[in-house]
Amino acid sequence: MRNEIVIKTQNLSKHFGSFAAVDQISFEVYKGEIFGFLGANGAGKTTAMRMLCGLSLPTSGQASIAGFDIYRQTESIKKHIGYMSQKFSLYEDLTVIENIRFFGGIYGLAPEVIKSKTESLVERLGMSQVKMQLVKSLPLGWKQKLAFSVAILHQPQIVFLDEPTGGVDPITRRQFWDLIYQAADEGITVFVTTHYMDEAEYCHRVSMMVDGQIKALDTPAQLKKIYNEDSMDEVFYRLARGAKRQAD
Amino acid sequence: MKQFLSFVKKEFYHVFRDKKTLLLLFGLPIVQIVLFGFALTNEIKNAEIAIFDLAHDPMSHQITERIKANSTFLVRQYLTHPGDIEQIFKSSNTKLVVVFPSELQTNWARGTQTQIQVIADASDPNTAQTLSSYINLIVMQYQSELTRRTNIPYQIVPEVRMIYNPELKGATNFVPGVMSLVLLLICMMMTSVSIVKEKESGTMEVLLVSPFNPFLVIISKTVPYLLISILNLIVILLLSVYLLGVDINGNVFLLMAESTLFIITALSMGLLISSVTESQQTAMLISLLGMLVPAILLTGFMFPIENMPIALQWISNIIPSKWYYIIVKSVMIKGLGFASIWKETLILMGMTLFLLALSLKKFKTHLE
Amino acid sequence: MQILKYLLIKEFKQIFRNKSILPVIFVSPMMQLLILPLAADYEIKNINLAIIAEQSSTESRRLVEKIQSSGYFKVVSNQHSIDVAQKLMEDDKADLILILPYDFETELTQQKAVSVSVLVNAINGVKAGVGNIYLNRILMDYSTTLRELNLATTPSLQSNIEVRDSYWYNPFLVYSHFMVPGILVLLVTMIGAYLTALNIVKEKELGTIEQINVSPIKKYQFILGKLIPFWLIGQFVFTVGLFVVAEGVYGVIPLGNVGLLYFFLSIYLLAVLGLGLLISTYTQTQQQAMSLAFFFLMIFILLGGLFTAIESMPTWARTIAQFNPISYFIEVMRMVVMKGSTFKDLMPHFGIMTLFAIVINSWAMWNYRKQN
Repeated sequence: MRNEIVIKTQNLSKHFGSFAAVDQISFEVYKGEIFGFLGANGAGKTTAMRMLCGLSLPTSGQASIAGFDIYRQTESIKKHIGYMSQKFSLYEDLTVIENIRFFGGIYGLAPEVIKSKTESLVERLGMSQVKMQLVKSLPLGWKQKLAFSVAILHQPQIVFLDEPTGGVDPITRRQFWDLIYQAADEGITVFVTTHYMDEAEYCHRVSMMVDGQIKALDTPAQLKKIYNEDSMDEVFYRLARGAKRQAD
Repeated sequence: MKQFLSFVKKEFYHVFRDKKTLLLLFGLPIVQIVLFGFALTNEIKNAEIAIFDLAHDPMSHQITERIKANSTFLVRQYLTHPGDIEQIFKSSNTKLVVVFPSELQTNWARGTQTQIQVIADASDPNTAQTLSSYINLIVMQYQSELTRRTNIPYQIVPEVRMIYNPELKGATNFVPGVMSLVLLLICMMMTSVSIVKEKESGTMEVLLVSPFNPFLVIISKTVPYLLISILNLIVILLLSVYLLGVDINGNVFLLMAESTLFIITALSMGLLISSVTESQQTAMLISLLGMLVPAILLTGFMFPIENMPIALQWISNIIPSKWYYIIVKSVMIKGLGFASIWKETLILMGMTLFLLALSLKKFKTHLE
Repeated sequence: MQILKYLLIKEFKQIFRNKSILPVIFVSPMMQLLILPLAADYEIKNINLAIIAEQSSTESRRLVEKIQSSGYFKVVSNQHSIDVAQKLMEDDKADLILILPYDFETELTQQKAVSVSVLVNAINGVKAGVGNIYLNRILMDYSTTLRELNLATTPSLQSNIEVRDSYWYNPFLVYSHFMVPGILVLLVTMIGAYLTALNIVKEKELGTIEQINVSPIKKYQFILGKLIPFWLIGQFVFTVGLFVVAEGVYGVIPLGNVGLLYFFLSIYLLAVLGLGLLISTYTQTQQQAMSLAFFFLMIFILLGGLFTAIESMPTWARTIAQFNPISYFIEVMRMVVMKGSTFKDLMPHFGIMTLFAIVINSWAMWNYRKQN
């Protein structure tokens, strides 16, 4: 399991004018792994993630996602990834069912597949009661669980999660991570950015980004050992304290 | 006071950082003045016409020359078949065809009654009527000049004097209209949208919990638009005097004072809209369709109010722009003093107080 | 193809669920089409004339009678006093003042030429001009009649050339028949451009566009998904406007081929929706989109030839008007509806509009990038 590489970057950079938002990052992510992508605000996480999703072209460097080249095969990449952004991104004026059907449809799932998946999904999330309601009317935690499930509906190889649990209560966050583990068990690679250091502990491996560069990359246990700290929180502080950039 | 100023400063930052909105705020008045002043005229010029001359004699040629000499007309084509008339109307912009009958001059010399036919494309009835009366006039003048040598008796010679607008400039009519439109647009639409935007994004709540009178928060949002409006007003007046040559015949201070009154009216309308709406889109639509369109239609600057059905004429009375338009026309163009417009001023003041009271009351219930 | 189907279903659901947009699409255009022609009535009627006869006489009374019976003027005052007339003009209640001098009759009966003064309130240029022409005609007619009556022996002095007007395509000179087709064009344009621009920018503001951008949806699919619903809505608004309001209420029955109108409308809508798309690619917020759309639509509408004739404009403005899609459609509408023009007559219009649609949409596509 550890051998199959699904994300590989080499000296990947993104410049805005003279400002290097992402500065020569190189790393690998393996299939079925939960990869935590940490960093302070403004460290360049979102920019890096946008490049990996094919939303923005790199200035220099190489990267391949699910075996596809990030410059030339963005369309193929998009078919094999799922994405859930920091900003809630389901359609609020559509119902639960309609959102599932829409996103299933645009990823090219057959109508019968969509139908059966919709049923099992609604069932699994315990949303049978509200499936005909507009998403607008759901509590935030439910919306986010739904958004995640929709993002992996088409069984992508990798799912990118950009601060998926912002603003939800601890219980919902726990449930959300259950969903993430479930997905990883099914072989979906999870690439997640987060602010919560307890969440970092749930990841198989984490990387720490400071000022556009990856300063550390290892399992949480190993990182704590290297930096000789008790928690990921401390590790993060030590690394991020050296940052020159202002948080935005 | 210092706090108030800092609020106002923040509002200015908002306004001046958004370049695309600034284009509307400052570009629109200038573009409108230029368009109305130079491009849009109800006067008919260069109307394409065709001549169908069956006479081909000196008389038909002389009349044709006179028509050609008139800047109203642009003779585009000479037709040779009666069937061409229909075709030319259908396929081009030809507005009118003049048909000279055969033996025009012979018949005239003989004293036989003869007819020049003017066929107008009446799909635009106004132009058709105006153009055929011009042709009529040209032919009549031509005839009377032919006979003038013999010193005709019973002549009535009209001496025409154009007053208020001797050069028949459309601008004279439009400048006051543009003023009322632009002030309304900026103060009402922009104010309401920017306040509702804060409501939408939740920053309004933050401002309202600050240790500061909530009414002043709202008032501070209107200040930039008030100042921008006054600036715009000055720009419009300068443009109209120096670019269009439309002078301010009355008292400038009176004009500014009345305009400030109208600006406050428009701001109150913006406040009212923002107090009853929750989304930007709704605020936009209400200001655009509910207020701006009626204001364009019913002030009397684009369309004559007296031509409208009674119901619309009646409705036009509740539109503040109409009264402001009358005031500007009286002061700026006709050069009249306050004595002639006190009634309109009073109406406008009444409306302003009513709108202001209503919107503050709405806000109060919203806040409590 | 399947993707497009899902996009369309989503768009229609969202449109029909939005309670603040629905009335704008379906009710307000019809209201405007009903009311605008009533308000936008430039028809020159009720030219108000104040007459000052400094001395009342048989001839002056006869002239006044002739003016009144001409049907062009409404005599608002007929007195000796100039003050009353002037006050009327100040209040915009009189458009023209005719002053007959004290010795009007004496001079006339002595077979001399007599001068009368005509004062014109020129703030409203059209009314002033036309009123002046009408008044001139009446005065000329009047003097001709006098001459014919008193000098029947000198036939060579008669004006025997008569100008006979005939009005084609709109013999009863109904002004609304001229305005309604043009106004319909404006409404279709505003709805198309505004809704497209606001709709796309709203997805940007909400962030849902990101979700679309990481999906395998292609640029053209997303754009088609946005354009097709508004294209259909444009067709719908046009149909209701043409058959229900224009024909049903105002009695405007197209003389030419209605199919030809729809053919042109189909191309025109592509151009207009492309314009909305273009605006959305240059803006980030709904307020910006609204400001830009308002700014450009205002110029296009004013220069579109609906309210004032394009050929009367100066050269530079006519040049701008050549790049204005609205002016072409207004012209096509008027030509087909009122004059029954055929496809052959309108070939240039079709050609130019197709070009517009292609250029605007390519520009918008080029500017709408999924990648930064």
